[in-house]
Parts: sequence; C-alpha cells; structure tokens
Amino acid sequence: MSLELFSQYIFAGITYGIIYAIVAIGFNIIYNTTGIINFAQGEFVMLGGMTAISLNHFLPLPLAIISAVLFTMLMGGLIEIVFIRWLQKPSVLRLIIITIGISILSREAALHVWGDSVRALPYFTGNVVSSVDILGASISPQVLWVLAICYCLVIILSLFFKFTPLGREMQACAANRLAATLCGINAKNMVTFSFMLSAAIGAVAGCVVSPITSSQYDMGTGLAIKGFTVAVLGGLGNSMAAVAAGLLLGIIEAFSVGIGFPLAFQDAIAISILLIILFVRPHGLFGNKEAAGLKEF
Amino acid sequence: MLKIRNLESGYGKLRVLKKVSLHVDAGEIVTLIGANGAGKTTLLYTIAGMIKATGGDIVLFDKNLRNASPQHIVKLGCSLVPEGRQVFATLSVTDNLILGGYVQYKRDRHYNRQAELAAIYDIFPVLHDRREQLAGTLSGGEQQMLAMGRALMAGPKLIMMDEPSTGLAPLIVKEIFKIIIRLRQAGNTVLLVEQNAKAALGIADRGYVLETGKIILQGPADDLLNNADVQRAYLGRDVDADTATCEI
Ligand SMILES: Nc1ncnc2c1ncn2[C@@H]1O[C@H](COP(=O)(O)OP(=O)(O)OP(=O)(O)O)[C@@H](O)[C@H]1O
Ligand SMILES: [Mg+2]
Repeated sequence: MSLELFSQYIFAGITYGIIYAIVAIGFNIIYNTTGIINFAQGEFVMLGGMTAISLNHFLPLPLAIISAVLFTMLMGGLIEIVFIRWLQKPSVLRLIIITIGISILSREAALHVWGDSVRALPYFTGNVVSSVDILGASISPQVLWVLAICYCLVIILSLFFKFTPLGREMQACAANRLAATLCGINAKNMVTFSFMLSAAIGAVAGCVVSPITSSQYDMGTGLAIKGFTVAVLGGLGNSMAAVAAGLLLGIIEAFSVGIGFPLAFQDAIAISILLIILFVRPHGLFGNKEAAGLKEF
Repeated sequence: MLKIRNLESGYGKLRVLKKVSLHVDAGEIVTLIGANGAGKTTLLYTIAGMIKATGGDIVLFDKNLRNASPQHIVKLGCSLVPEGRQVFATLSVTDNLILGGYVQYKRDRHYNRQAELAAIYDIFPVLHDRREQLAGTLSGGEQQMLAMGRALMAGPKLIMMDEPSTGLAPLIVKEIFKIIIRLRQAGNTVLLVEQNAKAALGIADRGYVLETGKIILQGPADDLLNNADVQRAYLGRDVDADTATCEI
C-alpha cells in the first residue's frame, strides 16, 4: 500500500472515527447522569442535520447550524421533561424502553416532516471536488472542518465539566446522585441538562457530517449503533476513552474497505466488534473492572 | 431550632417511623441512638427531605419543612453527613469541598470560597495534604472527614451526622468526636446518630433512644448513660464501646 493511499485511509478513518466519538460522548453524558443508554441519541444527530438543512434555505450556513443545534437542544430538554422527568424512581428497563419509543417516534415524525428524500448541507468551504493535499492524500476541506470542530467540541466539553459550576454539578450527579442532592444540587435538573447537552452535541455531529454522508430521516440508527459500539468499546461513561475508541473503529472500518471488504459490510464490522467486546471485555478496552464501577465524563 | 412532632415516614407501604417527636435547640449536641434497623437513617433522610414524611411536622427555624425539597433544606442551613460517607469518588478532594459550598456560591456569587476552604483545611489538615487526590482513593477515616468538610462548606447551622464512627479505628473515632465538639464550640448545632452509644452520650448534651421507629427514652446524656435499660441494651459487653471509649 502506497503512502498516499495509506494516509487517505487514515484520514477517512479519523473523520468517521471522530464523528462516532462525538455520538458516543452524547451517549456517555446521559449514561453518566441517569445510568441509562439513550437510544434516541442517533435521532438527535438526524434532527440536527435535517433542521440545519431546512433552515439553510433562508438562513446563512453558520446561522442555520447554530439555530439547528439550539433547536435540537431544546427538543432534547423537552423530551426529557415530557417523557422522563415526572417518573418516580423509574427502573432502568423502563427508561430504556421509553428512549426506544422516543427514537421511533422522532424518526416517524421526521419522515412526516421531511419525507424520505436524501438531503445534504453544502460544504462549509469549497465543494465536492475541492481538495487539500496532506501527506500525499487529497483530503476534502470538509474533513478538516469535521476534525477541527469535533476536536474543539471535545476540548470545550472537558473544560466545561472541569471548570464551570454547571459542569461540576453534573459530574457530581454522575459520581453520586444521593450526595449531590444532599449538597443542594437539583439532580432532576441535571438530568434535563444532560439531555440538552447530548442533543446539542448530537446535532453538531449531524451538521458537520451532513455534507459528506448526506442526511435522511433514518440516518440516526446507523450512527447510533456506531456511537454505541464506540461508547462500549471505550468503557461506558468514559468520554476520553470514547475518542480513542472512535478513532480506532473509524480506522478499522476505513482499512477494511481498503483491503477489499465490501462497503456493505462496514456495519457488520461494528456489530462484530460490539459483540466481541460484550463477550470478552464488557467493561471496555480502556476500562478495568473497578473503574467500570466509577463514572467519569 | 429543629422541632419534630409525631413524624411518620417510611418506604412505600413499610412504615418505619411511628409518631417520632424530638427537638434540638441551638448550640446543642443531641444524639440519637438505637439498634440496627431502628429507623435512625430514615429519620435523618426524612428531615433532609430525601424521604417524604407521611404524617407529622418538621419545623426548622420556624419554617415547616413538610414537602420541602432537599435543596431547599440545605439552603435553609441544615446539612446531612450521610451514612457510608458518600463522597464523590471520581472527583478530587477540593472539588468535593467546592461542590459542598455551591449552596453558598449560588446565594452569593462573591462569597469567599478560598476562606471557607482554608477553614475546612484548618479543621481537617489531612484533607489539605490530600487535596488533589481522588476522593475514592482516600482511607475510610479521611473519607469521613471529607464528608463532614463537604457538609460544613454549605455553612449549615444544624449539621446532622449519620454514624460517623462506623468502621473507623478508635484513634480516628476519637479525632472525629473531638471535631464534633469543636464544631459546637464554633457555634454549630449537631444532631448525631450513633451506634457507639457510649462515645456519643459522652459528648452529647441530650440523647434520644429510638427503637423500632419509636422514641422509647429521652433525657440529658448523663442520665441516659446511667440508665439501666440503656446500659443493658447499648452499653453492655456486646457493644464494643470499650475499645472506642472517648475520654475527652
Ligand atoms: N430504601 C429502603 N427501602 C425499603 N426499606 C428500607 C429502605 N431503607 C431502609 N429500609 C428499612 O427501614 C428500616 C429502618 O432502616 P434504617 O436504615 O432507618 O435503620 P437504621 O436505624 O439507620 O439502622 P443502622 O443502624 O443499621 O444504620 C429497616 O427495617 C430497613 O429494612
Ligand atoms: Mg442507619
């Protein structure tokens, strides 16, 4: 394999990988505050992308994206308030079924609003054919946008959790909900915030990938599976490990295509990896058994 | 300061507290002793608003706390150091303390956090040595101190402690009890739940004995110490009080 081809695959892998990581971080944030997997996470990605595409008809691109992210964030909060907040001590199983319901509901609603046509946001800079040469590989400028935005997002998130009062409170809720309540923190509000934050992150992911992968009402499912695989691969609840795991999965996928695996098998790869991890290392590649008991953003 | 009248509470259909009445006056150390499962923790959680009372009144600073949220109760100045420490294991010692102080921070954005932290570190010098360490990696005694420090960061007038001496070596227990005395000298009021009846009655002004959800005895701590029933049930040879005696 030539160097050009190699770096081409690496870049493709990193691009998808970081998107998976962002989706996984969305899973982790909600998992950390509630202990559940939000199966509607992929729908946040779809909602962000589709809303931005619609808004872009009459708003400039950056404004359309920002509004779409804010809109998705509101929807995330609303969904939590309507479906989850009022439940008294719900069981994990019940919550998971609720999120699956929300996922189906949002997909059907999206089908109703947008139909089943495939749409896409325009490239942030340049167009389909423009490219930048890096290490011999020709990279679409959109890939650089994805990398830059996702990278910033990860940094901003970790700063948010470390240094802002709200971030600390969410972390406290994740670490020990009882103690957080005794410190005067409103745990229910933190759960709402975590849904809003996850929704916003998902929406950002949905917007930045849209030019590359296009958007459709059911795009969430595939991404959610990948994101979930990555979250489990890194160890549920651990976002920094999710970034590493995301890049790993992305690169594996890219090279599997490179060595001649049919494109259609890409999802099979993710699912196989997921199954293997669940059998062999249920606490994730980077976690150990003790750490699996602890949650961290 | 705290008045409880005919309090009833429990979990679902299980009634744990049956018409419990007690009061704590400002500046007192009041201890509540009782066997396992008597309902001591349930009582503290009900006062803290974590469990909704099904009957009776809780009056704190002349405000009725029935149906008040835990956040509101902490804001009013009543903090609980829960059973089993419950520190934020994945956060550093300092972060644990800062989180304890959020009630004050939200009340007044300019409150002097550094001064409060320094005051806590002054009471618990170990915590200062360990301030960057994750709370989950502290020893049991250090975690207990952290839990107390975290509750103090909220600036409570009434601090409730649920079995602070459980699972700690006698020397550490002694230190914890010394700190409780020091807290009272600093103007705090303490409601102390203990299994270690001898040590608790040793530092308390008054005491209550809770048995299967009812207060069966109450009075000045010295009277309880000399009470034959208490001696038999809680200070007998079964209770490992001798090793944890606290001569202060
Ligand atoms: N979450 C719960 N759900 C149902 N029942 C509970 C719960 N917590 C405690 N109980 C029951 O309530 C009763 C009182 O428990 P509580 O924890 O208040 O006792 P305690 O006096 O604090 O005991 P210990 O000294 O062992 O801490 C017990 O019979 C216990 O089984
Ligand atoms: Mg108890």
